[in-house]
Amino acid sequence: MPKWSMVIDLDKCVACQGCSIACRFENNTPIVPPSEAALGRSILWNEVFPLRHEEEGAIASDQAKFLTRPCMHCENPPCVKVCPVEATYQDEEGIVRQNYARCIGCRFCTVGCPYGVRYFNWYEPSWEEGLDQHLNPDRVSGRGDLEGPAVRPKGVVEKCTYCIHRLHKAHDRAEAEGRAFRAEDYVPACVQTCTGKARFFGDLDDPNSSVSQLAQSRRAFRLLEEAGTHPKTIYLHEG
Amino acid sequence: MRRETTYHPENKDTTAVLAPLRDLPNRDLLLWALLAGVVGVGVLAYVRQFILGLGVTGMNRPIYWGVYITNFVFFIGLAHSGTFISAILRIAGAEWRKPLTRAAEAITLFSLPFGVASIVVDMGRPDRLLNVIIYGRFESPLLWDFTAVSLYLFSSVVFFYLSLLPDIALCRDRLNDVPSWQQRMYRILALGWKGTPGQYHRLEKVLDGMAIFMTLVVVTVHTVVSWVFGMTLQPGWHTALIGPFFLLGAIFSGTAAVVIVLAILRRVYKLEEALPLSLFNSLRKLLIVFSIGWLYMMIAEHLTIFYGNMPEEMEVFWQRFTGDFASIFWLMVIFVFFIPLYIFLFRAKNSIKWMVIASILINIGMWLERYIVIIPTETRPRLLYELVQGAYTPTLTEWIITLSLFAGLVLLYAIFTRFFPIIPLWETTETLAPEEFQPRRRRIFGVRRRRKENA
Repeated sequence: MPKWSMVIDLDKCVACQGCSIACRFENNTPIVPPSEAALGRSILWNEVFPLRHEEEGAIASDQAKFLTRPCMHCENPPCVKVCPVEATYQDEEGIVRQNYARCIGCRFCTVGCPYGVRYFNWYEPSWEEGLDQHLNPDRVSGRGDLEGPAVRPKGVVEKCTYCIHRLHKAHDRAEAEGRAFRAEDYVPACVQTCTGKARFFGDLDDPNSSVSQLAQSRRAFRLLEEAGTHPKTIYLHEG
Repeated sequence: MRRETTYHPENKDTTAVLAPLRDLPNRDLLLWALLAGVVGVGVLAYVRQFILGLGVTGMNRPIYWGVYITNFVFFIGLAHSGTFISAILRIAGAEWRKPLTRAAEAITLFSLPFGVASIVVDMGRPDRLLNVIIYGRFESPLLWDFTAVSLYLFSSVVFFYLSLLPDIALCRDRLNDVPSWQQRMYRILALGWKGTPGQYHRLEKVLDGMAIFMTLVVVTVHTVVSWVFGMTLQPGWHTALIGPFFLLGAIFSGTAAVVIVLAILRRVYKLEEALPLSLFNSLRKLLIVFSIGWLYMMIAEHLTIFYGNMPEEMEVFWQRFTGDFASIFWLMVIFVFFIPLYIFLFRAKNSIKWMVIASILINIGMWLERYIVIIPTETRPRLLYELVQGAYTPTLTEWIITLSLFAGLVLLYAIFTRFFPIIPLWETTETLAPEEFQPRRRRIFGVRRRRKENA
């Protein structure tokens, strides 16, 4: 069973926010008006944050720093623990998923996640005229639950799924072509689009995969390692 | 029609305590209508929120929980008054508590439903409430809450009803001048209580047993409520002290609420004899202990954080002490500790007026305390404090719904006191020599008479 993981090289990241945009169109994340965005209600499964400027000693650094952040897909996810109805769960391949059809909207997971990767639908999702004609029709195959890019009802929580529907599609394609599924068949939209080729994706349990090689790098670190959540989204330090 | 003899213990205050049940002045109806109106406006605001979505509140990212959750914690805390006074003090053998047990338990009974309502109001998908039962996962602290609060609600109903039973029977036998539907209600609810020594013996035994159970439940419930916060990794919430702190705060605000309720009952229903000043003096001593205990918890909590100086904890710490929440924080400290302690020590002895002022301040302060525990942490979450800094302003919808929940609590309480004796007559009796009641024919039709005729 593969253990899906993402490595983000901050040295290569140019903060173009291409990942955020690709994610938005891939996963049909609702667009909110500017007034709502000002309230902090915009939904971006992959968000690019400017880091606060810090002066080191006497030298003030002019270099802007950014952090691009998808879901960490923790091996010990605090959000899954607190969900009262198992609307969020970790599948066999380690992906933390969200079932929109079961979520009761208590927002315990949004509060429990230390990375803030979970977003709540404060209103019924809406798109501008025209845009609503071009939503991604892909669906997560299987249980028939509302997941992944499926349009959400209001009042539920949503999050990055490492483009889980692409995994299902990759399996379907391999089957149709009459060959075995390879880890390379599955690439999330943000990884595919990344301008600086800063993102890598693959099976962490395969010692030859790029992600497991990069995870050994001396530059590798995980966000809030001390929280004991064991993220599978791994970063590489700048420099 | 009952044809058996019923026994009731003699109590000198019976006439005074039953007087409010015989009388229903227009002033009361007006109050009920007013309160029902406020509740109605709240229902409308909720329907609008239900249709449009939770976006009509001031909540956002990362402040996912706001005034509604604050209300939830506050209502559950208020509920602790009754159980503390009737169960814990019962076990402790504090005899002075007897006249005020029912008034306190009624607060428990009527605030719990509003605590539950607060949670439902806060849910994004209240239509999926049953999922909690169908797919419930016991790993989630929310399910611990669900279980604990349901158990608490159920057992307080039983506890309350059992201790009310002999007095319902008394109403059945004494109140022959009230409308027939009301007489029928007493007859059904009294469950054929006859007041034999055997029945009283069994009742006392059951109440003693339940008091122990209720004490355990009351400690569990508010600790579990705090664990909804404490079990997360968020700074300011993830502390082992949060459970005891919530519990103490709950009993503190609950006891203060009892003072307010007692003072109103005493004045409005003219129960000066049945609710003597000494009760307030006893409650004063309890409240002094609680306010000092509150300060102790406050210092234990914040000094540990301050001394440890962990960056993410300090973000929340400064939010409270000097940041966005400083004015609310210091207002809370003054309302919960400084002014009340001053009043209790130097003013409130033998003064109901001062007791009420202090108690109102304590309850406002304790609501602010719940707010201060919940919101500042959310504005500076563990990772996001470097990335996103949250701010929260509750909207009119949230205030209207909050107000309507409190109005609902007062409404239920006001109605209850007009139909049931708010002082337990059988428990406060001086002599246990039973008074015999001969069976007699009740009036089929009847209207409530004014108090004058009974006096």
